[in-house]
Amino acid sequence: MSKPEAEWLAHLAGGRFMIQRSRSTGGHVFYPRVAEPGTGAEDLEWVEASGEGVVHAVTVVRKKDPADSYNVVLVDLAEGPRLMSRVDGLPADRVAIGLKVRARIIEEGDKPLLVFIPA
Amino acid sequence: MTMTHGFPRGRAAIVGAATFGIGKCPGISAVDMAAKAALLALADAGISLSEVDALYTSAPYEALGGMELAEYLGLTPKVTDCNRTGGSAFEVYVQQAALALDAGLINCALIAYGSNPASNPPPGVGMTRQSPWEAPYRPLAPLSSYALAASRHMHLYGTTREQLAEVAVAARQWAQLNPEAAVRDPLTIEEVLGARMVSDPLTVRDCCLFNDGAAAIVMVRADRARDCAKAPIPVLGAAHAVTHREISSMPDLTVTGAAISGPQAFAQAGLAPADIDVVMLYDAFTITPILFLEDLGFCPKGEGGRFVSGGHIAPGGGLAVNTNGGGLSCVHPGMYGLFLLVEAVRQLRGEAGERQIADARLALAHGNGGVLSSEATVLLGRNETL
Repeated sequence: MSKPEAEWLAHLAGGRFMIQRSRSTGGHVFYPRVAEPGTGAEDLEWVEASGEGVVHAVTVVRKKDPADSYNVVLVDLAEGPRLMSRVDGLPADRVAIGLKVRARIIEEGDKPLLVFIPA
Repeated sequence: MTMTHGFPRGRAAIVGAATFGIGKCPGISAVDMAAKAALLALADAGISLSEVDALYTSAPYEALGGMELAEYLGLTPKVTDCNRTGGSAFEVYVQQAALALDAGLINCALIAYGSNPASNPPPGVGMTRQSPWEAPYRPLAPLSSYALAASRHMHLYGTTREQLAEVAVAARQWAQLNPEAAVRDPLTIEEVLGARMVSDPLTVRDCCLFNDGAAAIVMVRADRARDCAKAPIPVLGAAHAVTHREISSMPDLTVTGAAISGPQAFAQAGLAPADIDVVMLYDAFTITPILFLEDLGFCPKGEGGRFVSGGHIAPGGGLAVNTNGGGLSCVHPGMYGLFLLVEAVRQLRGEAGERQIADARLALAHGNGGVLSSEATVLLGRNETL
C-alpha cells in the first residue's frame, strides 16, 4: 500500500522533488494520491520532476510591515500539474504571471519546503 | 409540468421565508438563532411546526450539527441533511428538498441556518482542515484563493481593480435601500481602491462581512402551497456542480462550476438569462459576482468587469444584482447561501420595500462554497410563470 504524502515528504527530505506518473496513461499527478484523478489509474510511480514551471497566478499577502509581506503563487509545472508555492529571490511585487521559475528545496521551520526561484 | 432535465419544474414551492438577527445578535447561540428564523419562516407560511417532516441545516461549528436543530425544535425528520459544500449548501438543499417532496418521501421541508461569529467568535480551530499542499505557503483562507483567481482574470481579460470596486459600491448602494442591511454608510470607488490591501488585488472592502445572521425557508408541494398564507414561489430549476476543493486544483481559475450548474438550471426551467428580473449572486469577494455573471450567461466570458462598470448592477442600473446589499454589505455569517434565497422570495412577492424591482417575476439565486469549489443555481418564479 502506497503512502502518498509520507513518501513525497521523504523524497523531499532527501532533496528530491518527485511527482507521480501513471504507467498506463503517462499522466503526471500532483498532489500525490493513490490513483490518477479522472482515470482512477492506480499504477502510479514516482518520477523526478524537471523543476521547471511558469507562474500561473499570484497574490501578495500584505503585512503591517511591508518587509513581512510575501507572495503566494500557483505554478504550472512543465509536466502538467499545477501547485501552490512561493517565489523566492524576487521582491513580492515583482512576481508576475508568466514568470519562468525553477524549483528549489529549502529549510523552513526545521522542515524541507518546495519553493521556486526565477529561472 | 413534466420532468425536464431531471428536475420536477414547479412541483415544489417556497412558501415561507425569514431572516433573524442580521448584523449583531449577541447573548444567544447559533442554534437559538436558527430556531428563531425557522419559526418566523413557518409563521410566514402559515404552517405549524408539527407539519415539518424534513430538516436541512448547516450548523456553523459542529461536525454533527445535522441533529442539533431537530432536537432543539422537537422534530423527528424523515430526511435530515447537513451537506458540506459551504455557502452553496442551501441552494443544494432546495434541489434535494424539491426532489424528495416530488417523490412523496416528505411533505414539508424546513431549511434553516444561524450563526453569530461577530458576537460569539468561533473557536480557534474551525471545521476546515488546512491542506498540507497549501498551508506551508500561508495563503489567507479563503481570501488568497479568490485573490489568485482574480489575478488570473485581470491578466487574461484586463479586468481592473476599479471594476472590482464597482461590485462593492453597487452592493453598498443596494444596502442603503435595505433597512435590514448591516453596513449602510456611503462607499465610493476611490474608498475601495484606497482601503487596506489584504491579498492583492483584494482590499478589505473587496471582502464580504463577517457578521451575525440567521435565515430559514419552508418548502411544500404545489398543491399544499395553494393553501399557505402567501403566494407560493415555485422552484423552476436547481442544479449543482463541484469542481475542486482547493484553489490549486481548480480546473480553470476563470471558469467556475456555475458554467455547468447555470445552463442546467436554465434548461430545467425553460428560461434564459435575459428572462431574469432579480439576480442574487454569492458575493464572498468582489471577483465572485463578475465570474458568475459570465458563467451563468449574463455576459460573455471575460466581459464581467466591463459589465459591472458604470453602476450597471447598482440601483437604477441595467441588471438588478444582490438587491439586499449582498454578503459585502448586508450579511455574511460564514455561510451566506440561504440569504440569497430569502431575498429572491421577497422580491418575487413584492415585499422588498424601497429596493423592490417592479413586477419581479423570475429570480436566480446562485450559491458558492469553498474557494469557487461548489456552485449551485436555483431559479424561482411566480405561479403565473409556470
